[in-house]
This record gives sequence, C-alpha cells and structure tokens, in this order.
Amino acid sequence: MEEFTVVGKRLPRVDAVVKATGEAMYAADMELPGMLHGKMLRSPHPHARILNIDTGRAERLQGVKAVVTAKDTLGYRYGDLILGKGDEPFLATEKVRFVGDEVAAVAAVDEDTAEEALQLIDVEYELLPAVFDPLEAMEEGAPLLHEHAANNIACKSTMRFGDVEAGFRRSDCVREDRFETQPVCHAFLEPHAALATYDSTGKITFWGSKQSPYFTYRNMPRALGLELSKVRIVQPFIGGGFGGKNEMFSLDFTAALLSMKTGKPVKIVYGQEEVLSAGRQRNPTIMDIKTGVGKDGTIMAIKCRIVANGGAYISIGRMTRYLMGSVLALPYRVPNLEYDGYRVYTNNQVCCAQRGHGVPQVRYAAESQLDMIARELDIDPLDIRLKNALQPGDNTVNGFRITSCGLTECLQKAGEIKKWREEWGELPPNKKRGIGFGAYGFVSGPRVAGHNTAGAMVKVHEDGAISVLTGATDSGQGSDSCLSQIAAEVLGLGLDKVRLVMPDSEVTPLDPGTFGSRVTFVSGNAVWIAADDARKQLAEVGAELLGAHPEELVFRNEQVFVRDDPEKNMPFTKLVKSACYSGTGRTIMGRGYFAPELEVPNYETGEGNMSATYSFGAQAAEVEVDTDTGKITVTRMKVLHDCGRAINPMHVEGQLEGSVCGGLGQALLEDKIKGKDTGQASNPSFMEYKLPSAVDMPDIESEAVETIDPVGPFGAKESGEGVQVSTVPAITNAVYDALGVMVKTLPVTPEKILKALEKENEE
Amino acid sequence: MKRKMKLTVNGEEHSLEIEPHRTLLSVLREELELKGAKEGCGQGYCGACTVLLEGQPICSCCLLAMDARGREIVTVEGLSVNGELHPLQQSFIEQGAIQCGYCTPGMLLSAKALLDENPSPSEEDIRSAISGNLCRCTGYVKIVKAIRAAAEI
Repeated sequence: MEEFTVVGKRLPRVDAVVKATGEAMYAADMELPGMLHGKMLRSPHPHARILNIDTGRAERLQGVKAVVTAKDTLGYRYGDLILGKGDEPFLATEKVRFVGDEVAAVAAVDEDTAEEALQLIDVEYELLPAVFDPLEAMEEGAPLLHEHAANNIACKSTMRFGDVEAGFRRSDCVREDRFETQPVCHAFLEPHAALATYDSTGKITFWGSKQSPYFTYRNMPRALGLELSKVRIVQPFIGGGFGGKNEMFSLDFTAALLSMKTGKPVKIVYGQEEVLSAGRQRNPTIMDIKTGVGKDGTIMAIKCRIVANGGAYISIGRMTRYLMGSVLALPYRVPNLEYDGYRVYTNNQVCCAQRGHGVPQVRYAAESQLDMIARELDIDPLDIRLKNALQPGDNTVNGFRITSCGLTECLQKAGEIKKWREEWGELPPNKKRGIGFGAYGFVSGPRVAGHNTAGAMVKVHEDGAISVLTGATDSGQGSDSCLSQIAAEVLGLGLDKVRLVMPDSEVTPLDPGTFGSRVTFVSGNAVWIAADDARKQLAEVGAELLGAHPEELVFRNEQVFVRDDPEKNMPFTKLVKSACYSGTGRTIMGRGYFAPELEVPNYETGEGNMSATYSFGAQAAEVEVDTDTGKITVTRMKVLHDCGRAINPMHVEGQLEGSVCGGLGQALLEDKIKGKDTGQASNPSFMEYKLPSAVDMPDIESEAVETIDPVGPFGAKESGEGVQVSTVPAITNAVYDALGVMVKTLPVTPEKILKALEKENEE
Repeated sequence: MKRKMKLTVNGEEHSLEIEPHRTLLSVLREELELKGAKEGCGQGYCGACTVLLEGQPICSCCLLAMDARGREIVTVEGLSVNGELHPLQQSFIEQGAIQCGYCTPGMLLSAKALLDENPSPSEEDIRSAISGNLCRCTGYVKIVKAIRAAAEI
C-alpha cells in the first residue's frame, strides 16, 4: 500500500478551474454599488519641500467627491516591519523624496474625472538637492533624506565571525572583486488594486491585491484611528506578488480614507506604469567581496561589504541587509566570516523583498567569484562546491543549524550535465558554449519579528467535505493547494473534498503574513495539527460506533476502519453524519497553530538561527554566446532542489521553472534605467523593461530532491524562492566558462560582452 | 458624447451606448461584466487583455470598442460550451500551467488562435504564438506543455 494517497501526487491546483474560466475575481475586478474611483497625485520632483497644497480647484470639479492630502491623515508612517518605526507617510507630509512619491488623492464618479482633478491640484514645492548614487549619499555633505539618518544610512549590520585575516593568511588563493546588481521590478502582471468601503458602524471592509493581508490588517487601524476588529480585510485572488505585495501601500490606506470621507466605496487601481516607475523593486547593490581558499579548494574566509541602494524609505530594509550578510554562510562551510552591510537612503524608488530577498545578489557575487578562484587553483567548479557543501548536522559560524540538507546530492545530479559538452560537436568560430553551476541555501519559515505563529481551522461539513481556513495567502505559488493536500491526507479524503477559504480577517485565524517561504512549512504544520484535531474528534465518535479505541482508527480513502481489523469500517461521510446529526450532535471543528521554536536573530551582529530549516539546491546552465553580436542564449538548464518532500511535485516544478525565469531575467535582460537627474525609471513599460518571454526560456529539467525534513509537514520545506537565488550565477558562470571573462555587473548585456571581449583582445 | 453601437461577443449581440474613446477592454469589463480579460499594462505589451477578433488574438486594451463593431469577438468566458471546458482549459488545469492565473485568459486565447490555424504546432510555433503573453510565474514550461497536450487530443 502506498504511504500517502494525496500528498506527493501531481494533482491540479484547487483554484485552477476558476482561473481557467476567467471566473476568479481579482481586486480590480470587484465593484460595489455607488463605487467611486480614486487616483493618486505623485511628486514630479526627486526631492522637494512641500510649501502648500491647494485642492480648491480640484474639489470644485463636477463629479469630484473628495480630495485628501497629508492634513487629512493622522500622520501614521508605515514600513520598517522589524522595529515598527516606519518612515513612510502614505501621503507626503513635509517633503517628497522621490519622483512618484504620493502627495494627494482624489475620489470621483469615474476614472476620467479623477484623472482630470489631479491636474487641478496646485502644489507649491521648494526644490532640494537630490542624491541618487548610494556611495555619494554616504559622503559627508550629501543631501539628507531623513533627519534621523546621518550620512543617509538607514541601517547597518556589522557581522564578525571567526578571524577572517587568519583565514586569508592560510589561503592559497585570495580574490577581491566588486560586483554590482541592478534594480529589478517584481513584474507581477496584476497592478496594485484596492477597494474599501466604510459603513455607519465605523467599520472598514477592504479587498486588495495583498500577498500578506495581515500586514494591512495591522497597519490600517493604526493609520486611520480605528479599532483593530473594525477593519476587515478580505482577500480576493492575487495576480502574483513575489514579495512586492506584502506591505500596505499608499493606495490601500487612501482608498479607505477616501471611503471614510465620502461614505462611498472607493476603488484605486494603479496603472502598470505607476507600479514600474513608483512601486517597489529589488535592491540594487554594490558588493565588494574577498574570498580566501586553500589549494585543495577549502573555503577559509569571506569578507564582504555591501552597499544597498534602498531608495527613499526603509521598507523591509533591516531584514534585507541582515539576509545579505547572513546567507554568506550558506550553502558552504565558511569558518571565518565578516560582513558590513549598509542600507542607504537615496532619492530613488523604494526597495523591498523580492523572490529570494537580498540573497540572489549575494550569491551572484559569491558564486561567480568562486568560479574565478576555482580556475586560478585549477579545480573543477563542481568539485569546489562539493568540497565545501554544508552537510546535515552542521552549524554555521553565525548560528544556523542545518538539519535536513540534500546539497551534495543536488550538486552531484547537476553535475550530470557535463555530458552536454560531448553533444556540442564542432561550433562555428563565432559561437562559444559553456556550462556553469550555482548553489544555494535558503530559509524556510524564518522568524522575522515577534509574532510568528500561523493558525489553522478545519471545519468538517456534514456531507463529508471540509473547509480549511488559514491566514496564508496564495498569490500564485500554489500554497492553497499544498495546504489542502495536507488536510486531505490527514483526514483520508480526496482533494475534491476540500473547500479552501481564502483569508478574511473576520473569520480566518491570525497569521503574520506570506513571506520568507514560510507557508508550506509553518502554515502547513498548523493545517496538519488542525486536521489531526478534527480527526481526533471524529475518532472519538467512530470508536464508539466501531467498538474500538480512538487511536486504533485509520482514516483513508474516505473510509474509517480499525487498524488491525479492517472489516470493522464505515464511510467517512457516515461517521460525520453520525457525529453531527445525532441527538447530542457535535460541531466538528479542528484547531491548530504552529510556530517553530526560534529566536529572532540579531540583525546587527548576525547571530542566531533564523529558520527552523533550510532548503538547498544546485543548478546548472548551458549557454551559447555569439562573439560577433554578444548575444547570450541560455540553451538548457538543470535545476535540483531539496524541498524536503514535494507535497505536489508538479507544483514544485512550477516554482522551480518560474524561479529560473525570474533569475534569467535578472541575469540577462531586466534593468530599470534611471534618469540621471531625476532617479526616475525611464523605461516603465513592458516594452522597454524586458521580461523573459516564452521564446527566451531554455529547456528546463527540474527535479525535487527529497530529504524528508524532521519538522516540516510530511517532511516538506520551501520551494518558492531558493531556486531563484542561484540562477544568475549559474548563467554568469556558464558565460565565464564559454568566454573566460566574467562580467561583474548585471544584467549581462550583449554590449558588456562585446566590451569585455574587446578588452581581452587588447590584453 | 455617448454613441450607440453593437458588439458581438461570444456569439451574443449587445446594444450599447458608450463614449467613442473607450477601449474594447474597458467595454468588455465594465459594460458587459466580462472580467476574464485583464488589464496588465494597458499598453499592449503583456497580453493579459488578449481576446480573439475574427479568430485573431489582439490586445483589447489597444483597440477602440468602436473598431470592433460588426466583428466576432471571443473572450475567455466564451471558451467553455454548456459548462464543458475547452480542451485547452482542461489541459492548462491538468498540466499545472496556471499559477496566479492573471495571464491565463489571454494565454488560453492566444493558444486557441494558434491551434485553430495550426492543429499540430511545433514547440517553436507554440513559443512564438505566446511570445506576446507575458507570465512571471510559470517560466512558460508547463504552458507550452499544456498547449502541446491539447493539440494532441
């Protein structure tokens, strides 16, 4: 008999049908009677003091119902989820700090009128000098964005583990390189949207494109002066998040504020141009990294200084700069580690988490440099990785405790692509091919701040179906299906018997939010516990009916039977009916909550075990470079990911393939080109900002490597983020293999390739 | 100034009074309550608003509704017949080709246009046919697979 009936199966997503028919409702699809449309007025200046805002002309325009500015707010500032000391007003107060900063908002009967009203708001600005380069921003005398932050340093980490200088002395090869990464947008196709309605009891009901509705649930009442439970956040379907829809943004507050002002429902939908030019993005970085390696390939020490251009506000930046340093201890054994990380304010768009959160930048630098060192030491790039790979039971210098770890197996399997070389045959003189590797480790359910517990409820319906309620959000990654499969397995039901309830703060249990690859691991365990609780309640009734002890009952294939006497059995539905409908019938409602036992790490010094477990993996890329044009084509990729156990292998593959697509974009195509004097993105459209399309994608062979984690639900760990962490270096290392030159700034464009080849020829 | 016009969508004729500057996408979504077509970029680059016009995939955010008069329009809501899913829908569901779902309606319609014209496309044909439909979630692997599987039915 197979171990599981639902877990581990390639079953379709629970939301696939309504998404395939167009019935799935996203925030922008929703309408309410009497609904008004809101629009935001944004700053045209990168840095300016607001002297006066005159909204009179806008208010007099026919069809305009309300205009709001900072004076209509309580002055609440959002961002900084770690310390809760936000620096970002949802409508600018005394200053604007980047082109696109929100200044005022209008609610009107239709979008055209709202748009027209924006033109009638007169804002008087006093222009201030602006700074866009993070290194310039750190210099004495640079324009200061926030009074509290000297030298524009939003936050800093100083990590010291072991003795790096001694490590370098013992090394046979020490390299120092500077790598730089570009701003990258999340590029969810669904722009931000918010619909809020305020009623006469003083309650706000809100639907928004939020990947962590509980962030909004906690921020909205503080911002608007409401009781927590008078804010109801209902989650519709989400059109992709990738870390960019966690925080509560200006439109979310403003839609609610405008609804309070007008007594009407208000919807605000950003255009994609607004998202791309004024929304969040991935941190651009300047990374100076020094690595020392012994001649046998053993890593002796890493020292790294990272300056991350965070833009105008801090957002989740404390976490970003911590992650950038702490993950230097993954996925290899690093005995000595030193890191100085700075998040710097500049007059640019604000940076936040994005799939991999700070780690892709660092792994690009570290993995690329490792290949350069391997070449100097004449060691195979795969061998140097195998030599240093973390193993189960290891503790890293900063305190990460490694439990399940399949890195070695992943690397060995990735190494199989070496046979691709034999298939190349003779290439034309202007074509070069290469293969490259990248490896990674990633958190799975980290503890970010105080609250970390995920709750779950499993309601058993009288027809034998169940509802699963959690606060976890499926923004496309498939967690609703994963959680449903876990609940179904525990109760011995088919997946078709699960009704997944999307978060609604009035109904679903408290949750910190959907970030840090935590849903499968943390919420998955909560669902397991809740489903098991429901099973126990049913087993009490079943035991009486079947004349057995509750713990002897097995729930499987929608039957309940006595383990050692399967003839004693009854259908699950019959048991439920008996339990609910008898004269003294019960309400069967399972309850569970889970949080891994973790300390919050010290974000300044880097000490602490941030995550209950870590995912690992390796990937390999094959590229073809045209040396006449500089064009790089990624021809094949192989992706191995240790996800503990694949609750649904098809969905795990989907995560791996999507991550590769995002990584390929960052490696070769995507870049926000910032105007020199404005800091404003000059390519805020999908015409000029190049996302990978179907024709850019290589053949991808992806595989889940199972290590069965001791704590994960059914042994599962994350699979949504880790892979994206080293797609970039797998590709850059393949280019290095092909050409012998390493391009140290992203994206690796044809221009950069031609320049590098030219330079090499000169030398 | 509103103008009277007729639009034929999914085989049904609608009489409407709309401003002539309205896009087909806004009329489908706001007047006809067909919310399947999505606005992703509003500029014709992402393909989330794709519908079929006389069998050809077009970005409905870039076409005036007035210019669609007298021409057959098919949206994702017109794919299933009498509650029976279209083979492409079935295939997308079974192959795991859907993640966030925002690109799915447009992707399905580009795929339908391809298969209607070329019932046995090569992988290259498929990739090319959906190259105007962006997807940030899937890496396109399972979408291509789903279209191939639907073609084989």
